[in-house]
Amino acid sequence: MAYIALVTGFVLILTGLYGVLSNRNILRMIVAFTVANTGVNLVMVAVGYLHGRTAPILNESVPVEQAAARIIDPVPQALVLTAIVIGVGVTALMLAYAYRLYQTKGTLDISKYTELKW
Amino acid sequence: MIRRLFVILLLLGLAGVFSALLAGYSPDDALNLTARYYADQTAEDLGAANIVTAIIVTYRGLDTLGEVTVLFLTAAIVGLVLAQSRRKADAPKRALPHSGELLITGTRLLVPLILLLGVYVFVNGHLTPGGGFQGGAILASALLLVLLTDPLLRVGHRLISLVESTAGLVFVGIGVLGILLAGGFLDNRILPIGELGSLFSAGAIPIIYSFVGLKVGAEFCSMLANLSETEDL
Repeated sequence: MAYIALVTGFVLILTGLYGVLSNRNILRMIVAFTVANTGVNLVMVAVGYLHGRTAPILNESVPVEQAAARIIDPVPQALVLTAIVIGVGVTALMLAYAYRLYQTKGTLDISKYTELKW
Repeated sequence: MIRRLFVILLLLGLAGVFSALLAGYSPDDALNLTARYYADQTAEDLGAANIVTAIIVTYRGLDTLGEVTVLFLTAAIVGLVLAQSRRKADAPKRALPHSGELLITGTRLLVPLILLLGVYVFVNGHLTPGGGFQGGAILASALLLVLLTDPLLRVGHRLISLVESTAGLVFVGIGVLGILLAGGFLDNRILPIGELGSLFSAGAIPIIYSFVGLKVGAEFCSMLANLSETEDL
């Protein structure tokens, strides 16, 4: 089970990076970045998964005394929660920059932006 | 052609690294030391049923403050970058096609329910899956639906920044109260811990997470509003 999630995460990372590197359109690159971001999150959650255990929430089925033996690792989940929110912020920032770039040049083709090229 | 070859070579190398990681990965059968501490101590120390929330709001509360600051900065920069291209209030409005009966009626029906769900998610963040960040995102999705129905709508930026700055100040204020009344910055034990699993439990965690939810919602709303108010080219 953890392996399925890990493999999916790695495949998503690779797909996203392929999209970033092979596309010329800035908007497509941004979408590809979000795909890679999802892959990283999936890998992190999968690493914290322990077989046959449940979510780190204490209730009738997970009494406090047995918590350490019944729950999966809560730390990666907290990390990923943070990472998702920051990912949204980064995407919004990239979209805003893409809009400004389109305003200045009238194109979203990354190969037309040659100012920093050498 | 050469470029594509380089890309594929690079990705193949990376895939090699990943498969080596995967081959060397052996799943744990017990929690590691940190996770075990959180699992054993959360209920006793903080009284929060949701351990992830306890970690985010109290154990690593300072990180969450930093995260909220990063989000605030992002929202501010999006506003700054898009400020010059904002549509003038008196600019002639482009005639848009009608949004459609389904979308309009659906929005009227769903927006209050979405807001309610968002509030429910962040108020119960210490008991059920969910919390401030998720609830805030749900709140902002209500604004997204409204903007889809009426793309030319002007959102009140003053209200958004008022909610955001108030929530941020309350968050930091509760953190400082933790220094004065309890063990340290952002300590949740300034209020009674209560009974595990009830709504009024876990000390200050529900209050802090509710304000985080409001703040995150306001930040996402301001990003959405800024992006939607740009001029159509």
